[in-house]
Amino acid sequence: MTAGPQTASASAPSPAVPAGSAGEGRSARLGVGLRLRWGLLGATALTASLVAGLAIGPASLSVGAILADVASRLPGLHVGHRLDPLDAAVLWQIRAPRVVLGAIVGGTLASAGAGYQAVFRNPLAEPYLLGVAAGAGLGATAEIVYGPPGARSLLIAAAFLGALLAVAAAYALGRSLSGRDVSTLILAGIAVSLFLTAVQTFLLQQHTQSTTAVYSWLLGSLNSSGWSEVLLVIPYVAFSLAVLVAHRRVLDVLRLGDEEAEALGVNVARVRLAVVLAATLGTAAVVAVSGLIGFVGVVLPHAVRLLIGASYRVIIPLAAAFGASFLVLADVVARTALSPAEVPVGVMTAFIGAPCFALVLRATSSEAL
Amino acid sequence: MFRGSSVWLAGLVAAIALAAGGCGSGSNAVSSSTSRGAGFPVSLHGAGGVTVIAKAPRRIVSLSPTSTEDLFAIGAGSQVVAVDDESDYPTNAPRTKLSGFQPNVEAIAGYRPDLVVISDESPASLAPALRKLGIPVLVNPAARSLGEAYTEIEQLGLATGRHEQARHLVRRMKSQIAASVRSVHGWGRGLGVYDEISQEYYAAASGTVVGQLFALFGLRDIADRAPDPQGLGYPQLSAEYVVAANPDIVLLNDTVCCGQSAASVARRPGWSKMTAVRKHTIVALNEDVASRWGPRTPNLAAEVARAVKSAHAAGL
Repeated sequence: MTAGPQTASASAPSPAVPAGSAGEGRSARLGVGLRLRWGLLGATALTASLVAGLAIGPASLSVGAILADVASRLPGLHVGHRLDPLDAAVLWQIRAPRVVLGAIVGGTLASAGAGYQAVFRNPLAEPYLLGVAAGAGLGATAEIVYGPPGARSLLIAAAFLGALLAVAAAYALGRSLSGRDVSTLILAGIAVSLFLTAVQTFLLQQHTQSTTAVYSWLLGSLNSSGWSEVLLVIPYVAFSLAVLVAHRRVLDVLRLGDEEAEALGVNVARVRLAVVLAATLGTAAVVAVSGLIGFVGVVLPHAVRLLIGASYRVIIPLAAAFGASFLVLADVVARTALSPAEVPVGVMTAFIGAPCFALVLRATSSEAL
Repeated sequence: MFRGSSVWLAGLVAAIALAAGGCGSGSNAVSSSTSRGAGFPVSLHGAGGVTVIAKAPRRIVSLSPTSTEDLFAIGAGSQVVAVDDESDYPTNAPRTKLSGFQPNVEAIAGYRPDLVVISDESPASLAPALRKLGIPVLVNPAARSLGEAYTEIEQLGLATGRHEQARHLVRRMKSQIAASVRSVHGWGRGLGVYDEISQEYYAAASGTVVGQLFALFGLRDIADRAPDPQGLGYPQLSAEYVVAANPDIVLLNDTVCCGQSAASVARRPGWSKMTAVRKHTIVALNEDVASRWGPRTPNLAAEVARAVKSAHAAGL
């Protein structure tokens, strides 16, 4: 794979990479300074989006008042003054957890997507590939239809279990068909997804009064989230990200092909299982609390790859950082574009993301995919 | 993977279209009658075209919960042989497995009806299919104003030979609603109200029938600040907006379906600081009453009056 025509944005800060160099991609030889610089950019983007997410929203809280409230809560300092209790509740119990959850969901989907693309060596792989979406959708629908009314924690548990069971079924089916062929596994995932979607549609048709609740969940939303959801997903998400980051070097080796990787001493089947398991666990957890939010998992890793390079050593952590920033900003638009009405954030991600991605594609080589 | 996604997407689009069609496409139900008194035949000009009813129907099938309530309230219950699976009121209505959403023409025809009453939530293909079998069909779209609801009741009166009872019912509904409005002595003027349709913060704006009830009480609907380009009247609000708008009165329409109550909403993030929670001005409604514009609508007006009174008692 050649690096393709270098663009200003990709090559300008890159003294370590001679323009037009061939080989396994720019980032494989990223200098320490350059990696630091991209790391800093990722951290800056994340911080900036979190601040924007906290400062902007349908409730009219001025930035000055928010800053004064933050200052008044810093221990030791005796500056600033508190917001009145209602505004403080809006800021810290509704807006803040929503922003944090947006970051967690976006970061998890993007890093899990990068992991899926690596182990399947397929640029179109996304974290919903093996049935997470269909399984979670069926779980959520079944809970809404048959469960006790209004039990949100039960809904989350049902979506989570549905997602895990669906992927387990796809994995078992894929392996039983023909050994370790990657495309068999993908086809098994599609078969399981279609089957579960059919069951879910049937359930919904039998219980039309649940349509609003089910589709509100399916369209993806961070609207009704609080700190409890954040605490709920953190263990799974932390585990998922840790496993992905730990495998980032092995994933680079996997790019050579299964046989070559085996020859280099990588247990391909075990790596694939570990990465799929971790990515699925994280995805299932965030899908359970946020519903289906498309685009982030499939396109964000590519944007990072195009802008920065093809090594998973940088793609995994940066996809997490940029995925988090992206979803936080998309959610800011989702709750302000038609304020005080909501736009489903899953609609916003594709609406904003697709044109941005087209620009990135234009500015870089298509071969880099 | 794109196959999987596209299936999802198709499902979503279909559901949105369904929901939009269900809520928005209420056509001008206002129709006139050319009947001479309660005498038959009558021809009714409704949303589904002209319906000619040769003689007083004795085997009515209703696939609309609102129409079922209307029919029984005007004394035509004895003429009804089957109602759909959602028609749960009155409890003595002959409820069957027939569905208004996924109607089976053969199953409906099996009751040998001489009149089928449907709403606009049934597929558009249903009425022509039944008429092809020679069965008269009356389409009663979801009312978009109290006036439309009254018109539909009177039309059902004409269709069933119960015109006098229907007119009496409408008069009674009007006077009961007016009495509720009078009972609050204008205390509702300027009070903010949030009418929750679902836990996802879908709310009724003042273009809806319940919103028009609010206007009678002088209430200010906080959902009205949301842009509503399609005019559906049920925008989805941001959670933080609902809390920041701090409505004086909260009405819950997600009690039976979704288990919401004054106690459960008080536990939502940030809600403990809201006026309506602190002053106990949250009223849990029966959403079936609040979503059907029929004989029980005066009960809804009475509930709104109760909420206004409790807000007044709390010094709001």
